[in-house]
Amino acid sequence: MAINWFKYSAPSAFYGLAGKLVPWFAWSSAILFAIGLYISFFVAPTDATQGEAYRIMFIHVPASILSMFIYLIMAGYAALGLVFNTRLSSMMATALAPTGALFAFISLWSGAMWGKPMWGAWWVWDARLTSELILLFLYFGFIALHASIDDPRRADRAAALLAIVGSVNVPIIYFSVKWWNTLHQGATIKFTGTSMHVAMQQALWLMMLACWCYVIAVTLTRVRSIILERERNTQWVAELEEVRS
Amino acid sequence: MTMLGAGNKLSPLGLLSLVIRRDLVLAMRRRADVLTTLVFFVMVVSLFPLGVGPELDMLRKMAPGVVWVAALLASMLSLGRLFSADYLDGTLEQILLAPQSLSLLVLGKILAHWMVSGLPLVLIAPVLGLQFDMSAQALWVLIAALLLGTPILSMIGAVGAALTLGLRGGGVLVSLLVLPLCIPVLIFGAGAVEAVSTGMSVVSHLSLLGAMLLLALVFTPWVTAQALRISME
Repeated sequence: MAINWFKYSAPSAFYGLAGKLVPWFAWSSAILFAIGLYISFFVAPTDATQGEAYRIMFIHVPASILSMFIYLIMAGYAALGLVFNTRLSSMMATALAPTGALFAFISLWSGAMWGKPMWGAWWVWDARLTSELILLFLYFGFIALHASIDDPRRADRAAALLAIVGSVNVPIIYFSVKWWNTLHQGATIKFTGTSMHVAMQQALWLMMLACWCYVIAVTLTRVRSIILERERNTQWVAELEEVRS
Repeated sequence: MTMLGAGNKLSPLGLLSLVIRRDLVLAMRRRADVLTTLVFFVMVVSLFPLGVGPELDMLRKMAPGVVWVAALLASMLSLGRLFSADYLDGTLEQILLAPQSLSLLVLGKILAHWMVSGLPLVLIAPVLGLQFDMSAQALWVLIAALLLGTPILSMIGAVGAALTLGLRGGGVLVSLLVLPLCIPVLIFGAGAVEAVSTGMSVVSHLSLLGAMLLLALVFTPWVTAQALRISME
């Protein structure tokens, strides 16, 4: 049996698939968040050295990891769109960007909330904090460039090129910031060799999964709106039930 | 670009020098533009002592960072001129249609742009360094770092300038796109000068700047050429 691998690369086919998938991911995300938050607040024990404030990590760590992953995925989709000229890939990249920026922001914000009681400062020029901030700037650049070009095709391609240049630059930025930091000051606080309690690990994994599901649900919802907006003059959109009513 | 009509017989280097000469002649006809960037650079650097106070100890410590940030801002300011004049009078379309390698033509434009907007900054920087009471050795390192670093700023900036060609609010947008990408240059450029005062190795910083320059030299003309094709289609 021949499988048509490219069936869902057509926006018209993907629109329906995404619509079917969104509720699944949204509900999984809600349930996982509920269990994850319950474990992180009521089951996981108080940390011996950091007290209760360590619980911020249950949202901080997933947000930081996802903010970086999403940039890579976004750049990947953008590259696909640029190379193969597939419209849907570019739409996915556009749909991912705001969520990535949101997670970068949550990561910085929750980091500041954690830093105040732990380090005594809202912000320190630590290598990881600085590169996360630059990552947020890169997201802003992508969104701003896409928003300021009226022709969607040119916007997709220009933003894709920027995302690729950005992703090549990310390791250079990361290491330069890291070396810059070690030149200025000694290594800051690290989680070295702390064996985590089982409940803490469970909570962290659940929160991570919950965030993943959230990202997928939100991105698919957003990409559906983008598809509708871009394809508004086509026959298949005009025939959609939600459009006719 | 009628000159390019005869370009089929030109060697790559001949072509490069042709583009550079053309852009330099154009820049010399409009000297005010070149001077504006330079005056902006001098003014921004001179504002810092007024803002933070005249203590020489502090100024000496701040000098490398201040000069580098000012150079970064000045290079952002001049990026708008890189392609816009050619874009407006249709020359850019002719360049895109030319049978010669677009990357090479773009490289020529970038180098010419650096000569009129980057090189003057490098030459005036030691004078500004004296205002901040920098030592002679630090001044030499500052010149070397700026010589290696400002071409990178022009090259990365060219990608941003090409992507934002003809857009409204292009000037602010290009800064938003390019400044985060320039951070490594800022770090190692200012770091090299700072290393003089802390007695650490200057060579490592300059080597990294040199490595970035080579990397940028290989990739950015090609990426800029792609960006121009996207913007002009």
